Amino acid sequence: MRKEITCIGCPMGCRMTAEVEDGKILSVEGYSCNVGKKYAQEELTVPKRMVTSLVHVRGSSRPLPVRTSAPIEKSKIFDCLREIRACEITPPVKIGDVIISRVCGTQADIVATREVF
Amino acid sequence: MRTVDILIVGGGPAGLAAAVSAYESGCRSILILEREEALGGILKQCIHNGFGLHTFHEELTGPEYAQKYIDKVVEYQIPYQCCTMVLDITEERVVTAVSNVNGLQQFQAKSVILAMGCRERPRGALAIPGWRCSGIYTAGTAQKFVNLEGIMPGKKVMILGSGDIGLIMARRMTFMGAKVLACVELLPYSSGLKRNIVQCLDDYGIPLLLNHTVVDISGRERLEGVTVAEVDPETKQPIPGTETYYECDTLLLSVGLIPENELSKLAGVKISSATGGAEVDENLETSVPGIFSCGNVLHVHDLVDFVSQEAEKAGKKAFQFVQGQLAENGARIPVTGGFGVAGAVPQVLHAGSGGSPVTLMFRPKGVYRNAKISVSAEGTELYSRKYRILTPGEMVSLELGPDLLSRAAGAKELTVKVEA
Ligand SMILES: Cc1cc2nc3c(=O)[nH]c(=O)nc-3n(C[C@H](O)[C@H](O)[C@H](O)COP(=O)(O)OP(=O)(O)OC[C@H]3O[C@@H](n4cnc5c(N)ncnc54)[C@H](O)[C@@H]3O)c2cc1C
Ligand code: SF4
Repeated sequence: MRKEITCIGCPMGCRMTAEVEDGKILSVEGYSCNVGKKYAQEELTVPKRMVTSLVHVRGSSRPLPVRTSAPIEKSKIFDCLREIRACEITPPVKIGDVIISRVCGTQADIVATREVF
Repeated sequence: MRTVDILIVGGGPAGLAAAVSAYESGCRSILILEREEALGGILKQCIHNGFGLHTFHEELTGPEYAQKYIDKVVEYQIPYQCCTMVLDITEERVVTAVSNVNGLQQFQAKSVILAMGCRERPRGALAIPGWRCSGIYTAGTAQKFVNLEGIMPGKKVMILGSGDIGLIMARRMTFMGAKVLACVELLPYSSGLKRNIVQCLDDYGIPLLLNHTVVDISGRERLEGVTVAEVDPETKQPIPGTETYYECDTLLLSVGLIPENELSKLAGVKISSATGGAEVDENLETSVPGIFSCGNVLHVHDLVDFVSQEAEKAGKKAFQFVQGQLAENGARIPVTGGFGVAGAVPQVLHAGSGGSPVTLMFRPKGVYRNAKISVSAEGTELYSRKYRILTPGEMVSLELGPDLLSRAAGAKELTVKVEA
């Protein structure tokens, strides 16, 4: 199966094409440097993203911004957002406080990115 | 009238970094005035990650990046006043501000640092025909509603303009449960970062329609839909017969930023028509002695890291000015932008003030591949560097060393240009 990937390593934005069979990468073409090759391999095996969103704060209409402590699998983003949306915190909260640990069974936690008193 | 050594207008990343660096240089009489209720500037609402890679070598969100500087300001006990709007600055550096708590205040500052940031280009600047209904916001306003106030502006969204804020908002609205139909861009390329196109649009299957624009807006009270048409890449005129109607309740505009220089003008600061910001020299001093400018009010940056760097310099130089040690020796050499260069900053260098390197920044006017950037004095090339690609989305920053500046001494002007 052919897959198209755009490298985000630099503004060149090289367009790469990969040949993948049964989860095995047969070839990657179109990169101009090793950053692109490595990125394509990651994207083709387990693509990961940082997720940032907002959590309800009890007694306030203003939400608390949060992020994952590490990138999580792309396929789990919407499950992760659902868990975040279901959550509600009670102040005070400091930057870095864990709001949800091991979100969606990943290794990453959801942590606060702002203080709330 | 209170006196202060350095008065900083704006408590965003530029104002904060300027304050911290002025303090670290030895200044003990600093005051930051900020019109919003908290420090941090626009970063308060930028809850996504991707800040501080250059400065802290980790990927922070906007509020986390701002907090690093706010913590320093608190640690150093640098005075600041929030909810305080600066109304006037004179050439003599008398600053007038108003606030709920303190009423009208006047300060005599030995030096002023302008750090007011920028604002977004509104709908009026675009002249899109159609109804004046609700449901049309700039992307930054929508960002503020969602991320700070917890209010969703709509459910079915179109985005006009592919600037970074629009791209970031496409993903945010998707995360919050809205449907984003498409991002429409007039130019044949996006002015946003590649990373944002991939991670904010491609990841969620949101189409990017290049060479397209909105030609009509429908809806009396609330937006009901927009008509999008393809444009001729040469003339930028819509091509008849290519119109498509999209039903939507929200249109977000991400069509550029304008430095907010009303105050600078009141102080008599000369404004560059190329950047929309003040004209400055290598010390970031404006045409009015003792008034400095840095951050987005000087020129629109894409990365906050460079804002902080620039502001650190402004803080240091402002304190040198206060101490009477800011040497501006030698002739003024104007810097002009040649082919492919939009708004080079600084606009002026002093030939004899060498010793420390000068950062020259500008935005490429178009997309150039395998290009060379050169700096020359009356036809003699003093510096050149090759680039695989230059795009308007990424500001170019050149470090000109003292040796280059000494070779430029005596020149009538320096020209920076792209050769592609
Ligand atoms: C909506 C938006 C989203 C952005 N998203 C990103 C991003 O995702 N990633 C990135 O790297 N960069 C982003 N940027 C750019 C980045 O945030 C800026 O480079 C940076 O914030 C600029 O810092 P600044 O201090 O110059 O301006 P600002 O952060 O705008 O701060 C200026 C401050 O001055 C205050 N002020 C203005 N006038 C007065 C007055 N008269 N009296 C008192 N105070 C005043 C304002 O209230 C504000 O707090 C974004 C910019 C905008 C506008
Ligand atoms: S492959 Fe290399 S040159 Fe191409 S976009 Fe990626 S980092 Fe840039």
